[in-house]
Amino acid sequence: MSGLRMAISDTLVLAKRNFLRIPRAPDLMLAFTVQPIMFVLLFAYVFGGAITTPGQSYVDFLIPGILVQTMSFGGFVTAMGIAEDLRKGLIDRFRSLPMSRSAVLAGRTLADIATNAISITVMIVVGLIIGFGFSTSFLEVLAGILLLLLFGYAFSWVFAFIGLTSSSPEAAQSLGFIIIFPLTFVSSAFVPPETMPAALQWFAEVNPFSTTVNAIRALFIGDPAGNSVWGATAWSVGIAVVFAVLAVAKYKRAVVR
Amino acid sequence: MAKSYGDVRALDGVDLTAPPGTVLGLLGPNGAGKTTAVRILTTLLPADGGRARVAGIDVATEAPLLRRRIGLAGQYAAVDENLTGFENLQMVGQLYHLPKGEPKARAAELLERFDLADAGGRLVRTYSGGMRRRLDLAAALVARPPVLFLDEPTTGLDPRSRIGLWETIEGRVAEGTTVLLTTQYLDEADRLADRISVIDHGRVIAEGSSDELKDQVGGEALEVTLESAADAEAAIAALADVCSAPPERGGAVLRVPVAERKGTIAVAVERLNAAGVGIDDISMRRPTLDDVFLTLTGHAAAADGEEEK
Repeated sequence: MSGLRMAISDTLVLAKRNFLRIPRAPDLMLAFTVQPIMFVLLFAYVFGGAITTPGQSYVDFLIPGILVQTMSFGGFVTAMGIAEDLRKGLIDRFRSLPMSRSAVLAGRTLADIATNAISITVMIVVGLIIGFGFSTSFLEVLAGILLLLLFGYAFSWVFAFIGLTSSSPEAAQSLGFIIIFPLTFVSSAFVPPETMPAALQWFAEVNPFSTTVNAIRALFIGDPAGNSVWGATAWSVGIAVVFAVLAVAKYKRAVVR
Repeated sequence: MAKSYGDVRALDGVDLTAPPGTVLGLLGPNGAGKTTAVRILTTLLPADGGRARVAGIDVATEAPLLRRRIGLAGQYAAVDENLTGFENLQMVGQLYHLPKGEPKARAAELLERFDLADAGGRLVRTYSGGMRRRLDLAAALVARPPVLFLDEPTTGLDPRSRIGLWETIEGRVAEGTTVLLTTQYLDEADRLADRISVIDHGRVIAEGSSDELKDQVGGEALEVTLESAADAEAAIAALADVCSAPPERGGAVLRVPVAERKGTIAVAVERLNAAGVGIDDISMRRPTLDDVFLTLTGHAAAADGEEEK
């Protein structure tokens, strides 16, 4: 079997394995459905009244931001799953098999796309119920959804790397939060960056999260796009490539803990 | 093979040989380097020094080829909790790239052989510890590998599951599989291994068949349990011309090394009777691998060592 065919076939076998988990671990389903709903409602109704977003309703401002945040969280399952596989010796088994060296991670991240799609659907439905409205064409909305999935995929690779680096599933989770929380909050996702202190504002403006949130706002509610759509795509591809290389290199040397 | 972690020499020049179709037992306490050796031989870890061939294939330079010829069952039941037993085996078959249809057929066959046919459709998280280990071993056998690595396969199993697993391993060996077995249980090595390498602090400190190792520590001994510990001196005096070396004493139990097995018990009973010493129990005892281990390493096999690397 050629290298590429083997990589694809092995990746699909493992993606299926990871995808089967979802219906079988109902508590996991909560992470993809209830948690995003909770976030939408908390932000819209708890903070929404206190945050002014000139020229648009807070719900319109919020939904793109919270979608991007949820995409970045989607990979948590990957980080914890990989850390768990390491602990249980499954990674050892996979590494002793004549299979592609990238398939375990590629299978995980591929399965994340499916769960991220579930989250996007749930959140858009909830958003529409509480007053969110698309003001762009169908193709722009579709492009926005694809960009969200691409962004989520890139962060799944970040989390794959975190999962391989941390000493336990619990550590993977805390490490993930420490990295992702500042990135999502010091961005244009929940409040306009102009309201932040100068240093944070500078960070929020160069933060790839902001670029991606701005791109989704452009594609969903018709905000001026600038370079944000291409910028967000480039960031996502760049993050995916860099962390895929790092994670696969780490996987090859993975040790059971 | 040699391997260091920082200043710790996990493997300090370990030489191992196993003829095809035999079981090589790697016996040692926790932290002796057994798992490190298995990890090097299964391509999971590069060695710092030395070279190794498994089934004629170089571990370091031909790893992808070697992975097709080996099966590994580690210290953990490395199976996916959220898949069924059948799906676990099928997945492993697919990852070995067995021809189309084979993964399913092998999965069904192995579930049957490992007494898991009824549980095959259930999620593994509902399995008992023994069932998981059997499934783990089945997974190692999916591709019918000629060489099998079993790293402490029965640690944590109940006695019945252990014996069941032993029988399965014996069955594989009878069919020509070569096995490297690591264990800290001496009875396991005694039962399964054709040759045993005793390893401690990253070195092989003794090797041979179970019998050869036992002979190294000395021959047979008469073990006498006295009715009263107070009679010990009298008993030792009475047995003076039976023993081949000074007896050891532990409370009411005497351990008397003897040169000749035949007739010794009868003579000993006679002498002790004549001396008026009451006997609670008397038997001939051949050294166990425990004795071998204790003599060779100065500590017991199952003693709490440092964490296995």
